[in-house]
Amino acid sequence: MRLMPARLAQGITIAFAALAAVVLFDAAVHAVMAQNPFGGPRPPAEPQVGGIIGWILAKQSEFYREMSATIRATKSDGSAVWTLLGISFAYGIFHAAGPGHGKAVISSYLVANEETARRGIVLSFASALLQALVAVAIVAVFAWLLSSTAKTMCSAEKAIEIVSYGLIAAFGARLVWTKGGGFMRALQARPGMAMAAAHHHDHGHDHDHDHHHDHDHSHDHGHVHDEHCGHSHGPTPDQLAGPGGWRRGLGTIFAVGMRPCSGAILVLVFSLAQGLFLAGIAATFVMGLGTAITVATIAVIAVSAKGLARQLSAGREGSGTLIMRGIEFGAAGLVLLFGIGLLFGYLAAERATCL
Amino acid sequence: MGPWVRGDDVLRVLFGLVGLIVAWSLGASPAEAHPHVWITAKSEVVYAPDGSITGVRHAWTFDEMFTTYALQGLATKTKGVYTREELAPLAQTNVESLKEFNFFTFARADGKKEKFVEPVDYFLEYRDSELTLHFTLPLKTPFKAKQTALEVFDPSYFIDFKFDDKDPIKLNGAPAACKMQFQRPNDGTANAQRLNEQNFMNGDNSNYGAMFANKIMVECP
Repeated sequence: MRLMPARLAQGITIAFAALAAVVLFDAAVHAVMAQNPFGGPRPPAEPQVGGIIGWILAKQSEFYREMSATIRATKSDGSAVWTLLGISFAYGIFHAAGPGHGKAVISSYLVANEETARRGIVLSFASALLQALVAVAIVAVFAWLLSSTAKTMCSAEKAIEIVSYGLIAAFGARLVWTKGGGFMRALQARPGMAMAAAHHHDHGHDHDHDHHHDHDHSHDHGHVHDEHCGHSHGPTPDQLAGPGGWRRGLGTIFAVGMRPCSGAILVLVFSLAQGLFLAGIAATFVMGLGTAITVATIAVIAVSAKGLARQLSAGREGSGTLIMRGIEFGAAGLVLLFGIGLLFGYLAAERATCL
Repeated sequence: MGPWVRGDDVLRVLFGLVGLIVAWSLGASPAEAHPHVWITAKSEVVYAPDGSITGVRHAWTFDEMFTTYALQGLATKTKGVYTREELAPLAQTNVESLKEFNFFTFARADGKKEKFVEPVDYFLEYRDSELTLHFTLPLKTPFKAKQTALEVFDPSYFIDFKFDDKDPIKLNGAPAACKMQFQRPNDGTANAQRLNEQNFMNGDNSNYGAMFANKIMVECP
């Protein structure tokens, strides 16, 4: 029973290869784009930074730097607005690929719950949209309507930051609570299961039994089917789309999307001062679109990784359930850790612009 | 039935995958993704008549985008003209905020860390749509050292510091025998620290911005 077919190991290899392929594809696309970075002048060379991460950092820095020049150019030549949108989109893609808690929280949430890739994509786009909306709202209210000073704006940003980190922590705590229950039940069920697991099950049985459970999926379901160990059948897409289905993800959307990106606020304030607020707003939303694409990609990888884990553990009887509940519990704990870390400053996120 | 691998190995790979995602998110997060503010700096190391260093005088010019952000909501008599008096409250805010970041200025006398006290003689100047913050950072205790090392950088790299192309650093009243060396973060010298995936992933990147530090060395025999 401690042995597994090689094709499962192969599956893991394929998953890793797929991950590498995504990174490489992304690199290739942007290497092509970098040949012609929308015509803007290249900024001076960044310090030597190696590897994929270094390259991501250098690229987003480059695109961000070009934004202010392009906004200025838009003032005299309206067609430059297309360049601005192009740069904003590229910046969004790269910015989300860099360090940041958004994608981590969304991915952890998806892993902690029985979520589909489709929902992962929707959550990514919704939170990016909210993030753009919040940035626009802050600048519209404080800079445009109230003519606040930088100091006031900075305080507002900091206040929103604290609320959003608190939300992540609360959200994580709730996940830990529900997932912890499932994990404990799986732990308790284990001794009996270990007996069952003593039998040699090398048949790769397909778990496509049609269980007609009438679950109400509006609750944060930490369902553990001890009676059929190893089965962790996710809800079907139409169940998810049903009443309350989408509402469940609302917590994630708010936790992730509430804190605006400092870069977006700077771009908005600058475009407002140049009399190009609408162009700035458009740029912010396009930036959000780019961000959403990257976060969605990572979310889909996370969901696929969990799907793989489920397949692998399906053959493991009792301990399989335990592993799945353990992974979910771990992911829930991660969300809580992110929230607490950000709230108390153990984790530094992008700073609000306060000087 | 073909080759078999141990199930535990499969699990180990799985947990490795989870670990990778965690490292990606957690390990990388202490650093800023990229600078949002650019400062072009000119600095002076200030000496007392007896040859000891008393402080550092900075003139930091902010980029246009940050300048716009900083100036928002500021009332002026003439539109687009900002006098030193009108900018005084903002200069006050600036130096107060900078305190939290140790003024991004780090000094060592023969290897020993030296502290700065509250800035003096600070003011803002507005020219060609850019703000320049002038301020003097007095040392807590003026010192004489064989080797003085001064670094200017933002550890979290929210701000990018670039020293001016001409006259980046001046020694103001230094003894004639003192020699200065200035190293930009991107001049490719052997001493320049390199950032790579490895030291990014090992979690010890709280001082990520140090990769982008401007280093000033003054040697006095």
